[in-house]
Amino acid sequence: MTTRIATLFSRAADSDIWYSFRHTPSAVISAIVAGVLVLAALFAPVLAPHNPFDLASLDIMNANMPPAWDAEGDPAFPLGTDDQGRDILSAVLYGSRVSLLVGFASVLLSMVLGVSLGLVSGYAGGRLDTLIMRIADVQLSFPAILIALLIDGVARGLLPRDLHTEIALYVLVFAIGISGWVQYARTVRGATLVERNKEYVQAARLIGMGPLRILRHHILPNVMGPVLVIATIHLAIAIITEATLSFLGVGVPVTTPSLGTLIRIGNSYLFSGMWWISIFPAIALVALVLSVNLLGDWLRDALNPKLR
Amino acid sequence: MLTFIARRLLQSLLVMLAVGLIAFSMFRYVGDPVANMVGQDTTPEQRIELRQRLGLDDPFIVQFGRFVADAARGDFGISYRHRRPVSELLAERLPATLELSFVSAVMALALGIPMGVYTALRRRGLLSRAFMTVSLIGISLPTFLIGILLILVFGVQLRWLPSFGRGEVVELGWWTTGLLTRSGLSALILPAITLALFQMTLIMRLVRSEMLEVLRADFIKFARARGLPERLINFRHALKNTMVPVITITGLQLGSIIAFAIITETVFQWPGMGLLFLQAISMVDIPVMAAYLVLIAFFFVVINLVVDLLYFVVDPRLRVQSA
Repeated sequence: MTTRIATLFSRAADSDIWYSFRHTPSAVISAIVAGVLVLAALFAPVLAPHNPFDLASLDIMNANMPPAWDAEGDPAFPLGTDDQGRDILSAVLYGSRVSLLVGFASVLLSMVLGVSLGLVSGYAGGRLDTLIMRIADVQLSFPAILIALLIDGVARGLLPRDLHTEIALYVLVFAIGISGWVQYARTVRGATLVERNKEYVQAARLIGMGPLRILRHHILPNVMGPVLVIATIHLAIAIITEATLSFLGVGVPVTTPSLGTLIRIGNSYLFSGMWWISIFPAIALVALVLSVNLLGDWLRDALNPKLR
Repeated sequence: MLTFIARRLLQSLLVMLAVGLIAFSMFRYVGDPVANMVGQDTTPEQRIELRQRLGLDDPFIVQFGRFVADAARGDFGISYRHRRPVSELLAERLPATLELSFVSAVMALALGIPMGVYTALRRRGLLSRAFMTVSLIGISLPTFLIGILLILVFGVQLRWLPSFGRGEVVELGWWTTGLLTRSGLSALILPAITLALFQMTLIMRLVRSEMLEVLRADFIKFARARGLPERLINFRHALKNTMVPVITITGLQLGSIIAFAIITETVFQWPGMGLLFLQAISMVDIPVMAAYLVLIAFFFVVINLVVDLLYFVVDPRLRVQSA
């Protein structure tokens, strides 16, 4: 087992991807930034100085305090507090958690849905292919954010109010996930059309393998490259979409605020000069999205030497 | 060309019917339309009577047919929340959204295309690198954040520009315009920039990559070999050949401006359709949601049709083929 992992590591260290990664400063920096942010979100309960969800620990006397370096600040709240006396630093740490969770989950949903539909569409062809691609065309002509808004609105109408707050997170993941599958499906379909006619697939068919096994064990590994690139860039888009929906007030409920919700809360205090309530979550959001975008750009170039 | 247009028209009609079906299903099956229209103290008999008057007991296909016929005349029923015809509500707010979208689209095109051409021609120039960096930030900043930052700097700190509302408007028949008054114009600046920035960066990146692709083509090398001046090569040969993909994507982007206006309108409290739609979502005002969906789909279909026709204007090869 250990030798297998060791060979895996040495193979990774020799690979072109790793070489290109080490020689692209923007990729290294953004990987570090993204890594730090993800770890900080993951270990929020350990790192955060306060628990922003523990209502008992909130003290209204601490409300609207500026960051610690300001003359009126308190070192107990490094980045200041919001209107209810919540520590901004802790809120940002817990908020990134929600944002990343929704982001990853909806990318996963889009990816599974898009890749399977793309594989089926490309391999089966015929009417099924036409049907899937027409649906994709129609959906593609509407912006993802509009589709996510609509799904959320319909869910609000179908579910009773208290149930909706309870499962709002799942509704959000579903809405963002459904709005993003088309890119995957189109790319995978194109790649599958190419792979389908190659010798190794014909050979597999010849020895009597079923279509599902061929798709899973032969074609899928060979079309995953571009899927990874799309997934990285899609993660940035999904995080932005979640933040936007939460900012618009139709995303996650206020009881589990994401970065977008925090910015929304702070937005109303912006005019009275209390900038820190929304600016710090905004910085975390932009740092996250920017680093993921830069990683995606690098990955696209690294996997596609033609583009250079 | 005529068969092409006819086919496209038929496709557009099918798309509109599909969207209409979704809108109708939303109206019919999300919540009970009757319960949403009447008060608490309505008797069951009155409810049944209203049900029959609305024709909710008719077969599905009849109801859908009636919905389509009504929608084609612009009748989308009555808003649950505002208790007024949806078409009236939308018509009131349409000018605000269209003016904002139009100004942003012009801004995005007028800045995005020259920036894209410049960054493609001077790839390693300092200004090009600056443009590319700014564009990356532009893509990574969510629209609502750009709006907030602009409000913070120009509205709160510098106090140069108004940060909410539409300013004074002038009525021209049923159309209200903010383009003719000073306060209307100054109120338009920040929202228009907010909405344009993202589209501008997309257009710039697209023009840049298309230009780079075309500049590597053989006919460009040949034009160079013939000794044509650079200006002629860049603009007559290269730019012209990037136009088909640029028009396609730009067309789609212009459509999405109207949808992205939802966010901008919320940040700046701009009294447009997007704000109405968002309020409709949080209040589950289904008729407004359905009507907005159909209207947006209609805009998209029209834009796509115009884009297809523009191909013929831009690319003479298509005209020869189909003639």
